[in-house]
Amino acid sequence: MMKTDTYQHPDQQGYYGEFGGAYIPEMLHRNVAELKAKYLEIMHESSFQDEFQQLLKDYVGRPTPLFFAERLSKEFGASIFLKREDLCHTGAHKINNTIGQILLAIRLGKTRIIAETGAGQHGVATATVCALKGMECIVYMGEKDIERQAPNVARMRMLGAKVIPAISGSKTLKDATNEAIRDWINNPNDTHYIIGSVVGPHPYPDMVARFQSVISEEIRWQLKEKTGNELPTHVVACVGGGSNAAGAFYHFLDELAVQLVAVEAAGHGVHSGMSAATTQLGKPGILHGSKSLLMQTADGQVVEPHSISAGLDYPGVGPLHANLFASGRGLFLSATDDEALQAALHVSKTEGIIPALETAHAFAVLGRMNLKPTDSVVLCLSGRGDKDLATYIKELKLVD
Amino acid sequence: MSRLKELFVRKNKRVLNVYCTAGYPKLDSTITVMQALESNGADIIELGMPYSDPLADGPVIQASGNIALANGMTIKVLFEQLKELRKTVSVPVILMGYMNPVLQYGLENFCAEAAAVGVDGLILPDLPEFEFETVYGAIIKKHGLDFIFLVTPETSEERLKKLDALSTGFLYAVSSSATTGSDQDFNAVEKYLLRLQKMKLVNPVLVGFGIRDKETFESASKYSNGAIIGTAFIKALENTKDIALSVKQFLSGII
Repeated sequence: MMKTDTYQHPDQQGYYGEFGGAYIPEMLHRNVAELKAKYLEIMHESSFQDEFQQLLKDYVGRPTPLFFAERLSKEFGASIFLKREDLCHTGAHKINNTIGQILLAIRLGKTRIIAETGAGQHGVATATVCALKGMECIVYMGEKDIERQAPNVARMRMLGAKVIPAISGSKTLKDATNEAIRDWINNPNDTHYIIGSVVGPHPYPDMVARFQSVISEEIRWQLKEKTGNELPTHVVACVGGGSNAAGAFYHFLDELAVQLVAVEAAGHGVHSGMSAATTQLGKPGILHGSKSLLMQTADGQVVEPHSISAGLDYPGVGPLHANLFASGRGLFLSATDDEALQAALHVSKTEGIIPALETAHAFAVLGRMNLKPTDSVVLCLSGRGDKDLATYIKELKLVD
Repeated sequence: MSRLKELFVRKNKRVLNVYCTAGYPKLDSTITVMQALESNGADIIELGMPYSDPLADGPVIQASGNIALANGMTIKVLFEQLKELRKTVSVPVILMGYMNPVLQYGLENFCAEAAAVGVDGLILPDLPEFEFETVYGAIIKKHGLDFIFLVTPETSEERLKKLDALSTGFLYAVSSSATTGSDQDFNAVEKYLLRLQKMKLVNPVLVGFGIRDKETFESASKYSNGAIIGTAFIKALENTKDIALSVKQFLSGII
């Protein structure tokens, strides 16, 4: 349980309640310790902030709109606002973090960037900022994800990144993360590892959450402009590792009146054996350098998850979210593959926005939230659906 | 006196520690491999407990772990296999593994059972020193198990001293910051080992990662108390028809 007075920041050792820490082999110690010693100092430098804010504005296209979704609002009987992270350059929120981390890597004197990717969105966002800054870029991606996210693989290659398939285990995000960590162990001097979510050893979860926090920072003033109140009643976001949710929740974490709704991927159903609903199925455990909730066997072997959405196909969840779940601060719901597909189709037809499959999970729970007319709900529209067209075509039978 | 301490009192040069994966190549080959290692001159056996996500290991050891897991190896099965360990194996035995399976088993039970079957120490590369000092170390020590920390060429002198002070048994010097099974430049390694030697550490030092033959073993042993061979040995067990023979052939090429 959380004993400190904030849900936002971990303690000195990187713990959010009982979750977090830095469970890393000694081979990574110097790099992680250097990052821990310097990340806050660098992030607070005015030259860093100037460059970061400028790039968010001119390159990413921030602030992203907060859109009042009139038809969805009517349907669900509440005011529903969509935070349009899908309009970020590269099509998802991931770039908020990669811009921040590449600027940090440059200040740490690193010349080579590695990243893991699931859906390919973080890989594309990393390849993009590497191209922008002329850095060498290597992206690890599960072999299975390379097959189901071909357009993003092509994008990364066009941007000059080398995409290396992870061929171990389930050949998805978890295994790509293992390979990226191994690369970092083998290249400790010139390489910075840009983790794409609020996972990994401390200080990564805090650092990534801070870079993504621009989402909720904007939501507050945008909502105030639109409604006169900067606090919504609900913030809804999908959670795999949890970076868009961390960003959307961040400035509301300690506003206890705001209900935070995290939506996990239930795959074929939470208890089907083909699911990625970590908080429902997981137990405390250690993966990728931090203690969190983890889907695992009784023997402590990590379970291979399933979700139709590559970005949510992860057996863990960031320690910030594990603490929100364990403390009861967050409400954790889940949506199945089919529910997400139907929600994607519905949102496309209702609002003229084709969402990413990940985001579609968040839309899928709106009907289950018992909303009232006075509620104002902000849903983080974390990414656009172009990358998922092949899946939509196949599953929704869109082509004769 | 602990078995490791006793070993280093008796022999402090060219100590050979060989890593093998429990349940590899066959589920019930664990003890056979250990017996063959002892009778062919291994001084210490490091027994790997397979894990689905072994971050500090390279592809060869990971693959052996996957085979062991597919064979049905678990911590519970392993302790069952090790019940008669001390009837046939007398060299020090260290369990190496990752935190998650150990935590799921329960560290207290794990240490109690390890000590009961005659295991001498633990290597858990993803257990950081902060958590060791504040939570887990006391439990490990209570059961009389040695705990071995890893150090690398990038580990600062101050940190080296700290990890040396926290370790008992020996200190595991990773010869470069690399996953197991990587190649490397041995001149740089020699310089690093010389630096360790000059520090007058409390614990004996064994060198691991990249030791694969007589030459690299001798070279690593020159400035340390001995070395650890893992990947090369796992490779030697690949497709073996006769474990005892394969172990004998492999070790006769080293010592």
